[in-house]
Amino acid sequence: MGLEVRILGLRYAAGGAEILKGVNAVVPEGGITCVVGPSGAGKSTLLRAVNRLIEPTAGEVYLDGSPTSEMDPLVLRRRVGMVFQLPALFGTSVEDAVLYGARLAEKDVDAGRLLEMAGLDPLFGKRDPQTLSVGQQQRVSIARALALEPEVLLMDEPTSALDEAARRRIEDLIRELNACLELTIVLVSHALDQVERVADRVVLLAAGRSEGEWSKEEFFSGEGGERARQFISGRL
Amino acid sequence: MEGFETLLSALLTLGLVAVAVALSLYQRLDLEKDIGVAVVRSFVQLAAIGYAINYIFALESLPAVVLLLAGMVGFAAWTSARRARGMPRALPVAAGAIGVAAVATLGALLLLQVVPPTAQYLIPLGGMVIGNSMNTASLTLARVRDDVAEQRLKVEAALALGATSRQAVSPILKTALRSAMIPLIDSTKTTGIIFLPGAMVGMIIAGADPLEAARLQIVVMYMLLGSVSIAAILVGLLSYRSLFTPRHQLRPDPREG
Repeated sequence: MGLEVRILGLRYAAGGAEILKGVNAVVPEGGITCVVGPSGAGKSTLLRAVNRLIEPTAGEVYLDGSPTSEMDPLVLRRRVGMVFQLPALFGTSVEDAVLYGARLAEKDVDAGRLLEMAGLDPLFGKRDPQTLSVGQQQRVSIARALALEPEVLLMDEPTSALDEAARRRIEDLIRELNACLELTIVLVSHALDQVERVADRVVLLAAGRSEGEWSKEEFFSGEGGERARQFISGRL
Repeated sequence: MEGFETLLSALLTLGLVAVAVALSLYQRLDLEKDIGVAVVRSFVQLAAIGYAINYIFALESLPAVVLLLAGMVGFAAWTSARRARGMPRALPVAAGAIGVAAVATLGALLLLQVVPPTAQYLIPLGGMVIGNSMNTASLTLARVRDDVAEQRLKVEAALALGATSRQAVSPILKTALRSAMIPLIDSTKTTGIIFLPGAMVGMIIAGADPLEAARLQIVVMYMLLGSVSIAAILVGLLSYRSLFTPRHQLRPDPREG
């Protein structure tokens, strides 16, 4: 399932600052699209607008051609999963944490299989989530999102709280899930080396506006235009 | 003004307040001003309510009693809502919860004919119900507000997994209700062993039969348990809604710019 973003404006409160001013982007089905940009560009806000954790003030996001504003937000969020910067797990066991959303949706899933998909031993299911490392907890939160069999997975800087080794392993997992499940992934990242390793496509955001979208090769080759070059060289 | 002399004699106990002020000064607790305000306000308010009740007793009019109780509910709701700054719609939520708690419990006492429908019973009992419900409403409102602000990420993570606002906030509601109700449950458990409640103390000092005092105290305790539970649950159920949009989105923290 592909996404098409046409957000004209988004502010948190009436009269407040406009966080997104104009974002046009296409997320092709089955690919990994990285959203990059300086901090404060509105990257996390953009992700939250896609699964309607925040309502855009003007504009629309289309999932597989249908406007998401007309969908039941609960149904939309089951189709478009999300992984946050920090794991935020619920429940007293890893298994409870993994099954949280699936239970709400009355969906019968195998927690052990999901943990395996996220690269964890199914035996982890009985453990208290708080006893796991942050990297392992982040895998649990990925398993929890996969439990709903989403068509698109939004990931908001999922490795920013992890050390280098854990970061690399999550990056491998992201590529693996994309390849094996043909899962469409939108990854917000502030690390260019990560984008280079993981992305198929790159969307650049600055001060609430999209500055362009490119294939990864185009973006990093320097042929992506002035704004892309400015961002890569840290001048944006 | 014969009654006023009775009130003035109470001022002799101000010596005890001096101990509190001295302690505050000695330990630099910075509470002198608060203690002073509390002393003056309590004197003025209690004297005023004493006269007001005297007046209403003399009127022997049930509508006057209802009016006074309604005024107390309004003042209690206002106090609660002030404690819960930053919580949208706190005033109507607190007013609804405290009002329903008062009507339900006092109504039950009247319907079951536990107390007669006279000012002598309704005003003091109503005061207790409204005061306790007010404390519970304040605690619950503040707790829900603080916990949602502190656990925004968890709430949003639950919403992102297809939870409704109610489902996403339910662990927070549970702890808020528990912490608001536990003090009263515990004091109910230990009542009579650790301390004699105010109403009972007052009746015994005034010369009533201790068994009659105990009977009334039991009524008071159960009434308070009932009203506090009603107030806590209503505040919980009504307050969280204003933190979310109808599309199950967590509103931005009102206290952030």
